Amino acid sequence: MIPELGLFALLLSLFAALALGILPLIGAQRNIPAWMAFARPATSAVFLLIAVSYACLTWAFYSNDFSVLYVAAHSNTRLPLMYRLSAVWGGHEGSLLLWVFMLAGWSLAVARFSRQLPQAMVARVLGVLGLVMAGMLAFVVFTSNPFDRVLPPPAEGRSLNPLLQDPGLVYHPPMLYMGYVGFSVAFAFAISALIAGQLDAAWARWSRPWTTAAWIFLTLGIALGSWWAYNELGWGGWWFWDPVENASFMPWLVGAALIHSLAVTEKRGSFKNWTVLLAIAAFSLSLLGTFLVRSGVLTSVHAFASDPRRGIFILMLLAIVVGSSLMLFAARAPKVSLGGAFALVSRETLLLINNVLLVVAAASVLLGTLYPLVIDALGLGKISVGPPYFNAVFVPIMLPILVLVAIGPMARWKHDEPKAIIGKLWPAAVIAVLAGIALPWAAGGWNGAVALGLALVGWMVAALVLQAADRFKKPGAATPSWWGMQVAHFGLAVFVVGVTLVLNYQEERDVRMEPGDTVNVGNHQFKFLGVRASEGPNYQAWVGSFELYRHGRLLRTLHPEKRNYGMGTMPMTEAAIDVGLTRDLYVSLGEPLTADKENGAWAVRVYFKPFVDWIWGGALLMALGGFIAISDRRYRLSVKRAAALAGARA
Amino acid sequence: MKPRHKRIALIVGGLAALGVAAAFVLNALDSNIAFFITPSEVAAGKAPLGKTFRIGGMVKEGSLQRDNLTVSFVITDTARDVKVIYTGILPDLFKEGKGAVAQGRMNPDGTFTATEVLAKHDENYMPPEAGHALEQAQKAQKTLKQ
Repeated sequence: MIPELGLFALLLSLFAALALGILPLIGAQRNIPAWMAFARPATSAVFLLIAVSYACLTWAFYSNDFSVLYVAAHSNTRLPLMYRLSAVWGGHEGSLLLWVFMLAGWSLAVARFSRQLPQAMVARVLGVLGLVMAGMLAFVVFTSNPFDRVLPPPAEGRSLNPLLQDPGLVYHPPMLYMGYVGFSVAFAFAISALIAGQLDAAWARWSRPWTTAAWIFLTLGIALGSWWAYNELGWGGWWFWDPVENASFMPWLVGAALIHSLAVTEKRGSFKNWTVLLAIAAFSLSLLGTFLVRSGVLTSVHAFASDPRRGIFILMLLAIVVGSSLMLFAARAPKVSLGGAFALVSRETLLLINNVLLVVAAASVLLGTLYPLVIDALGLGKISVGPPYFNAVFVPIMLPILVLVAIGPMARWKHDEPKAIIGKLWPAAVIAVLAGIALPWAAGGWNGAVALGLALVGWMVAALVLQAADRFKKPGAATPSWWGMQVAHFGLAVFVVGVTLVLNYQEERDVRMEPGDTVNVGNHQFKFLGVRASEGPNYQAWVGSFELYRHGRLLRTLHPEKRNYGMGTMPMTEAAIDVGLTRDLYVSLGEPLTADKENGAWAVRVYFKPFVDWIWGGALLMALGGFIAISDRRYRLSVKRAAALAGARA
Repeated sequence: MKPRHKRIALIVGGLAALGVAAAFVLNALDSNIAFFITPSEVAAGKAPLGKTFRIGGMVKEGSLQRDNLTVSFVITDTARDVKVIYTGILPDLFKEGKGAVAQGRMNPDGTFTATEVLAKHDENYMPPEAGHALEQAQKAQKTLKQ
């Protein structure tokens, strides 16, 4: 009964979303207040209905209702409760339901926190969100119904993929989806402004906190995914240029560009067309990401067994979204004013270069990701584009950004003198050269790439200090926006430290070890003690014991595991990691090499990963910077003004 | 600077950046593409010598052999076989009788040395390339019978 209720709520939500997508938009065009006023309650209704549907699916997982096909396929009675509840998004149907649930959540947030916006604007934004929700809900209902029944119900469900039985599953997909879906708000604001023909500073100011919020979630989601892959997959890598990673990285890059271009639009009124295009692009890339993940067209670690019908549906949705928004843009763009003029040397120009580089980077990732599809579609053979392509293209495009990030915040809006900028920044250049020469020696031996990377870090960090000195000379306290920018840029520097050092000084070794053997890696020694059998709640495991030494002193004992879920058909490697501020030491079990597993030889993988945690630390700082920036009172000022006005009227 | 000069400077700068980026991209694409080749195509001599490519199909039952860290196994598309040699730890879900994709180069003796054996996420998931190889072989066999 409960699953039918869920399906019924889902169907109702589709109709409610359609109504939300039609009435308020017409109301805003024809100026019918009652129809516009319909937007807020309709948004609440859609949210409630999807929430009910989502709760029903969760209940089915909680109560082990295996008559629901999706539950039977992704959960069983032996699965711990935490994973049963997060298994709701462990497969295709449920993760799409989560997608629309979050979209409804964002829409509800817009409805709640938009008291200061004009009614027509609210109606349009919520209307556009309603249309997007209707599209995605139709997708769920017609191709991916999570409430399908199976008769007779199986006594026990299939196990959840063991890779997904990790705390990573609990946090990573929801965070990532929050980010993906969040760009729909920036998209809806851009489309509404286009429809209304009001691309102004107010529109940019309304969009900024939403865009930044989505970007924060996406940053955290990608970082969590990377950390999960590092921990769980037993590969020890943090980024693989896997198509699905790329799918989340492209909207991130474009979102970062959008954040910067919105700043220009708000402060100076320039870049309006460009900002709108970026907002459309960020959301379209989010949809494209969903398509790539869900259609199974690419070889990827994320590819689930899939149904081509689904891919075509999303592709059509993507075509409708991109096509109609670009047509709207083409119709309205000529009327958009150009905004404030600026000189060649100015903060605007630097931000423009930042934008061009970020977009080119995103385009190069897009090319590498879609190229195999195009070649295949043309019948020219099956190919794969490997990490070397992405490294060769991406890194050179990013290097100028690292140089510019120090200059941009130092330059004045509208017009600046190159001499003035050089006058302020030369100490950073000196520090950069010193850092490039001295630090590689300290870090582990001379290396050109390390010198370049650390010189750039020196440059960025020194510039941050100089910018702060410059800022504090001026009157007035620094705003949260400014602090947010500084923290995020510092996060970028921390990230570069991690990437530079781990790429150049890491050691990775696969070795054969017998109990008593010792292996050297990165000035540390692992001593293999042996392996014993162990039993988990829903798996059997071989647990290895390794002593970690440094300079002959025992640091700790590590226990990597080789687990077997589901009658030995699903082996799973649990790596053991000694985490440190300046290095991680990583050990995982490969296969047993002799018949005697407890006392025989094993294939063992040992890694030394210097500064690897700085990569995620940098990402966290970037997200924190975004968070600080959103807290700026300026975004809520008009709320108070509106409240004061309303009070005066009353 | 006059507005017109500014615009020209911006356009020239943009084009230069685009040109450099395009050069990087094309160069990198050219040298970093791995073609996918089925075991039947290898047997027909279509494998590029001295170039990295991918091969996929089923891991033949009973073909997996281990010598410490060096493993060898046979990848088959049911019509033709290729022996693959790999040093290192195989991914968790690598199994005889299941689909697999390996990336590496051909040796002069007709064996294939893999630098990477691709992992997959789900035990029921067949890498599309491996599935493609099996399909091709089945099609070829049907045409032969007719």
